[in-house]
Amino acid sequence: MIPRPTPERFRLRRTMMFMNAQKPGLIKDAYIYGVDSIMLDLEDAVAENQKDAARFSLYHALKTIDYGDTEVIVRINGLDTPHWQEDIRVCVAGGADGIRIAKCESAQDVKIVEEHVEKAEREFGVEVGRTLLMAALESPKGIMNAYEICAASDRMFGVAISGGDFRKCMQTKPTADGIDMLFARGQMLLAARAAGVQCFDTVFTDLDDMEGFINEVRQNKAMGFDGKSLINPKQIRPVHEIFATTEKEVAQAEAWVSAFREAQARGVGVFTVNGKMVDAAFIPGAERTLRLAKACGMYEGDLV
Amino acid sequence: MTIEKSAVAGTLESSDAQITVEPAQDGIQLEISSSVMNQYGRQIKATVLDTLERLEVTSGRVTVVDKGALDCTLKARVECAVFRACGQSEKNIPWGGAVK
Repeated sequence: MIPRPTPERFRLRRTMMFMNAQKPGLIKDAYIYGVDSIMLDLEDAVAENQKDAARFSLYHALKTIDYGDTEVIVRINGLDTPHWQEDIRVCVAGGADGIRIAKCESAQDVKIVEEHVEKAEREFGVEVGRTLLMAALESPKGIMNAYEICAASDRMFGVAISGGDFRKCMQTKPTADGIDMLFARGQMLLAARAAGVQCFDTVFTDLDDMEGFINEVRQNKAMGFDGKSLINPKQIRPVHEIFATTEKEVAQAEAWVSAFREAQARGVGVFTVNGKMVDAAFIPGAERTLRLAKACGMYEGDLV
Repeated sequence: MTIEKSAVAGTLESSDAQITVEPAQDGIQLEISSSVMNQYGRQIKATVLDTLERLEVTSGRVTVVDKGALDCTLKARVECAVFRACGQSEKNIPWGGAVK
């Protein structure tokens, strides 16, 4: 039995790869790909008459397989199905790091899930508050309510847009320049940043169109996303490369963070580094750069 | 648990196992075929029997078609088949209790 460390609400999540929880051949090797988070799926990937089997499979995978530093999130079935309550019980009992709420449309949806998660934490003797939550916004209503969803719980670490269902509602198709979801992505990003949570883009389903995929990931980064949902291991590397930071950025972040810590120790609030004014507002971003650099093997210091 | 009706769980895909349980009298009748029978046959048998014991299944015909499943997969498939055979696989599973 592998006890997983306490999940971190805010950590690096550039890549989140979906895997069918019902397929032992997939989930047993999931950690070798170097993806930041895996998303074990109890929802759409699992046939309606195999939901029970997927839970048994998920439970033992969570308890037995050492996923190392890879975060383990489980996508549960929607609140309009008969499955989600047992899904929550198995996620909590197995010690999943977090739960992804499918088809989330309101703060109320988050609160209902949170209530059941807490009940399960008490039932299975898991520390209350351990299990994180994220929400998938899959409808115009979800996007309209993005802020209240993001701010609905202290367990919430992020939101993701789900392109398939969203485009179906909007009567659009994927476009090369992303114009079809530009507003929705933007609104979700604003809501996530306003609430102080992370924001993830949808999957890109055409595995043969790597150029299109790369263009979309570049746009994701430019818009301010934290990461992307993936469906295949071959999509991991391009995302990590595009989200990687430059050496100059790393050097600057290192200088800022160490100067800030020294200044703090001396009781100084604002100071200059190489002629540029730096204060506390710059530091979370610089620390984020260093964490990203560390994950990419570009930074080996101990500031983060 | 008592096997009330026949039930199947799992697939014949690589790394999986398909378990069939059927009602029977007089103890457990276990039949195993595996793509890795020579190396792991004994371990598969031990895992299946151990899981059945934890679920307090004392009678039934159990057929295992193994395609190189890990122990954790075997356990999951045996448990699912037994809970299905009792009509109890959908909710209130004793996670961490009889299922562990």
